[in-house]
Amino acid sequence: METVRLNTDILVIGGGTAGCWAAITIAEQSGLDVLICEKAGIKRSGCLAAGVNALNAYITEGKTPQDYADYCEKDAAGIVRGDLLLTMSERLNSVTEKLERLGLVILKDEQGRYAARGDRNIKINGENIKPLIAQEVRRHSQISVLEHVDITDLETSSGRASGAYGFGIEDGTFYAISAKAVIIATGGAAGLYRPNNPGFSKHKMWYPPFNTGAGYAMGILHGAEMTTFEMRFIALRCKDTIAPTGTLAQGAGAKQINALGEVYEQKYGLTTSERVYGTVMENLAGRGPCYLRTKGISREKAQSLEKAYLNMAPSQTLKWLESGVPVEEQDVEIEGTEPYIVGGHTASGFWVDTARMTTIPGLFAAGDVSGGAPQKYVTGALAEGEIAGESAVRYAEKLIPEPLPEESVQAHINETEGFLSGRKSLYTAPQLEEAMQTVMDKYAGGIGASYRFTEAQLDIADRRIAQLFELSGQLSADSPRELLRIYELRERLVVCRSVIAHLRARQETRWHCFAENLDWPERNDRDWRKYVNSRLENGKIRVIFRELISGGETYEHSDKQG
Amino acid sequence: MSIAINRDKCIGCGRCTQACPGSLIGMSQGKAVMRYPEECWGCTACLKECPVHAVRLFLGADIGGGGTLLHTERQGEILRWIFERPDGTVQEIPIDTRESNKY
Repeated sequence: METVRLNTDILVIGGGTAGCWAAITIAEQSGLDVLICEKAGIKRSGCLAAGVNALNAYITEGKTPQDYADYCEKDAAGIVRGDLLLTMSERLNSVTEKLERLGLVILKDEQGRYAARGDRNIKINGENIKPLIAQEVRRHSQISVLEHVDITDLETSSGRASGAYGFGIEDGTFYAISAKAVIIATGGAAGLYRPNNPGFSKHKMWYPPFNTGAGYAMGILHGAEMTTFEMRFIALRCKDTIAPTGTLAQGAGAKQINALGEVYEQKYGLTTSERVYGTVMENLAGRGPCYLRTKGISREKAQSLEKAYLNMAPSQTLKWLESGVPVEEQDVEIEGTEPYIVGGHTASGFWVDTARMTTIPGLFAAGDVSGGAPQKYVTGALAEGEIAGESAVRYAEKLIPEPLPEESVQAHINETEGFLSGRKSLYTAPQLEEAMQTVMDKYAGGIGASYRFTEAQLDIADRRIAQLFELSGQLSADSPRELLRIYELRERLVVCRSVIAHLRARQETRWHCFAENLDWPERNDRDWRKYVNSRLENGKIRVIFRELISGGETYEHSDKQG
Repeated sequence: MSIAINRDKCIGCGRCTQACPGSLIGMSQGKAVMRYPEECWGCTACLKECPVHAVRLFLGADIGGGGTLLHTERQGEILRWIFERPDGTVQEIPIDTRESNKY
């Protein structure tokens, strides 16, 4: 295959929210060159493709960054990194102001201050938020952007991250890229579990279906330490369209009701996981389906909702219109999504130091791929992109470039060519993907199992996923697109094994639904106020327990690899 | 959830192929084609990119779709969202992009 070799100072893998912001930060604060590698095109890639209708992480007047960190800690029942949350929170407002300078429309009051929605949110028109960020990337001549290229592996043989390998998903060109430092910003993982709509609309999901956990998988396979994969994220969404419910609940004040019309949310609690849990329990008790009560709202409010959804999840407005019943004359049915692994909402991801370096020297993580700091949302991802960008500059500035080891380049070409060699394969990537999602659903707490699992079920899941990974090594592709499917499947399978190991390791139920362990159904603060971390060593996942780290501390890795 | 591209309207500029966050749209004989309809996320990036309004979003029948097609047309600061029902009736929701959401 045709091979292109590239050199850069800092390689950013993933041109979404955090990756683009990291690149902008580097260009503004140093003379270093940056290369963004993006699987699609940066204008609309990642979580912000459709837009957002509010900034959910902002320090409103009278509140402090510590207040925001405290809120996140409470929502996650204590399993967060205080140092990461505080350093992130300190930057939430400055990145917001920068977004406004880039052209984002933010609602203001008569005094010209941002209009708050509750304690932490501000209202915006965020339909074009990603194009605005992408436009700023394009303005910097130091930043190069390589689009429609899928990065499949890191180079770490010298003991630090010194580059990456990938291929063009349209033309099949092989890329070998060397760098002084690497920032990983590939997002979280969707598609591990059987989705809400497994048929034609299988990708009508909460999280981007194109985020496959590539960064997690690359890190895991290179022995990076990972944290809190057992804290899965499950969103409470509008049925079918999987559109957000926050706009209805927090924005328009709609209550969660069961089929009998009873408000049930107070019964179970109002944290993210409790809202999902309550809905599951009402359904199991025979009082489903559940709804958000929008019947009876004013026409004016209904029209605002139709517009708000067009700015972030247009399918919901389309659904309302398709129903033939006005918004104010119907309730919105709700359901929990399949579980995702996503470090911007829960705390799953790379175990990083306070500067956002992973346990692989020279590899920095930002956004959903980075663990320990939940409730990042858009502005938190930007703040982390900034911190990771600054740290990568400090790291790269003192280094001289080193070429990629030739034997490693060749081994990666051989692996890719192996999948394209035309060998016979009994199975296809979509078949194995379906098998993976079915196994995870049944045996690792998916929708079909009401998010519950037992240790005995996890053992079955682990064996089956290991078998599927073996089978995936024999798959055959006859186009770059099929090659992409194979790599994406293998990334997901690697992440699944870590999720299973983490779910098994935490012997308590700290978060309903997110990790509903039927063998250990109670929360146990005496033994489990600690992080569950893991590392792949000699093909086996080793679980590591670590003590909680609070805000104000600076955490450094004490047992770096290399 | 997916899109339908009107081949007669498409001018083959390729902007939708660049914008799709899943790289799902390709070119065939000078026209854009949705290569993987069942992999669409429904983000509407392609609708907004299309200069000739050739791209339509629809809900899959499995999630309550009834055949209504949605597209956008931009006029200055106004983004017009246009819904065409199977019976031929049309509904439009214009959004002023300078205005923020109320909720």
